[in-house]
Amino acid sequence: MAGRALNPAGVPALRIATLVGLWAAWEAAARTGLFYEGVVPSSLLVLQSMARHVVDPVFYSHAWRSIYEIGLGFALGTGIGMVGGIALGAHAFSNKAAAPYIHGLASTPKIVFLPILMLLFGAGPGSKIGMGAFSAFFPMVIAIAAGMGEINPVHVRVARSFNASTWQIVRKVYLPSLVEPAITGMRLGLGVAIIGVLLAEIKFSDRGLGHLAIQHYNFFRVADMYAVLLLTFSLAVLANGLMSRVGTALVRRKAPA
Amino acid sequence: MFASRGAGPVIAGLAAVAAFAILLETAISVGLIGGFVVAPPTAIAAALPKFFAEEAVGRAFLLTFGSTFAAAALAALIGIPVGYALYRCQLLGRAYENWIGAMFSAPLILLYPMFLVVFGRTPAVCIAMGFLVGIIPVILKTREGLLAARPVLIDVARSFGASEREILRKVLLPAARPPIFTGLRLCLIYAMINVVGIEFLANLGGLGFLVGEMFDRYDIPAMYAALICLILTSALFYTLTGRAERWLGAR
Repeated sequence: MAGRALNPAGVPALRIATLVGLWAAWEAAARTGLFYEGVVPSSLLVLQSMARHVVDPVFYSHAWRSIYEIGLGFALGTGIGMVGGIALGAHAFSNKAAAPYIHGLASTPKIVFLPILMLLFGAGPGSKIGMGAFSAFFPMVIAIAAGMGEINPVHVRVARSFNASTWQIVRKVYLPSLVEPAITGMRLGLGVAIIGVLLAEIKFSDRGLGHLAIQHYNFFRVADMYAVLLLTFSLAVLANGLMSRVGTALVRRKAPA
Repeated sequence: MFASRGAGPVIAGLAAVAAFAILLETAISVGLIGGFVVAPPTAIAAALPKFFAEEAVGRAFLLTFGSTFAAAALAALIGIPVGYALYRCQLLGRAYENWIGAMFSAPLILLYPMFLVVFGRTPAVCIAMGFLVGIIPVILKTREGLLAARPVLIDVARSFGASEREILRKVLLPAARPPIFTGLRLCLIYAMINVVGIEFLANLGGLGFLVGEMFDRYDIPAMYAALICLILTSALFYTLTGRAERWLGAR
């Protein structure tokens, strides 16, 4: 328990042991035939398939499509969420009126809205970008509307008494205090935008990493499917990590001011 | 309680929704928006009774929430002891907490084709996915709650000769109860979102499946009717679990 000295080498050693243990369990499951043929392919086959995908230009055409859809959807969703959050947060009344609807929609799985987005924007990248934007909108609008509530009303009143225009109040008072909520919104928003876009690709599309993974599944190329899922997963973790770094850097830059 | 908050915002919200519906209806009837893209609100309202009469909505509802609660129960049963273990053994806590935290922001739902391969096309896929996503907040919140228990209380209990078991039951668990209920609520909400999402993606029955099914039949008013039911259900679930969390956590 707390207080007992901790061997500093213990943590990495345990982590490595865990990874090795998981890998050994996977290999054992693959070799013993505990599951149906091919359901748990040997890690060797998955690694080979990963290597094949990494050097295959076709893989990159799928990856770029996904990155494009995620990037555009994320930018649109968080942008609109930011404006919406400021507009809502500036008026306590409208914020109260809209809150139940926004929270209700936010707790609904977004992917079921895909049919509407396909009717609106077609079956191509448009509906995937829409899915990303729709997903990323909610964390941002909620974080910003909440952040607006934290702003010291005295600051706004001072700005107003100096005859600041609405735009000036937004730029000089609101935005500087909204850096942290915006970062929270962007972090959460990126995660759900990635999920939204990839799931939409899985459900219905002709390109993208989600599409590639589900194609492998449909043709029962299980090792290939695992390879694409692992690669996609790594890309997502990388993107989330980058976003966290950017967020921390922004907060640190703001701190001394 | 409601009177003190004022009914103004609630009425304004409802009025805004009604105004939006009327605007939409008008825009569709004058041809500004194609009726095959967005169903007119009157058509959605008209489709509701038929949707409930013909689509076994009750059974879909039971399937979705059966899967959700099964996943959450499993997550609680395993997650709380794991959270306790991560608290008790500092080495485990240090080694795994960051990993579990990273899993929280990782797109775990993308792994669902893997479960399809292992479990076949059964509701077990939804339960497994809900469990995997739901267990994370349970573990993290349990550990967080236990760590927040005041050490002085533990020391007092120990000085009175309490055994480890008694400390757990009389000091640690009561202190950690509110965060554990927060974790369980998050677990239920994430499990439900993932269950419905997979029902929709893999056509595995339940409320998520109904939305996709109506779209596949190109019955657009019925699809909107199904969506509205789903949104209302999620919103109600969100509110009810919130009430339950506050009530159970405060007792």
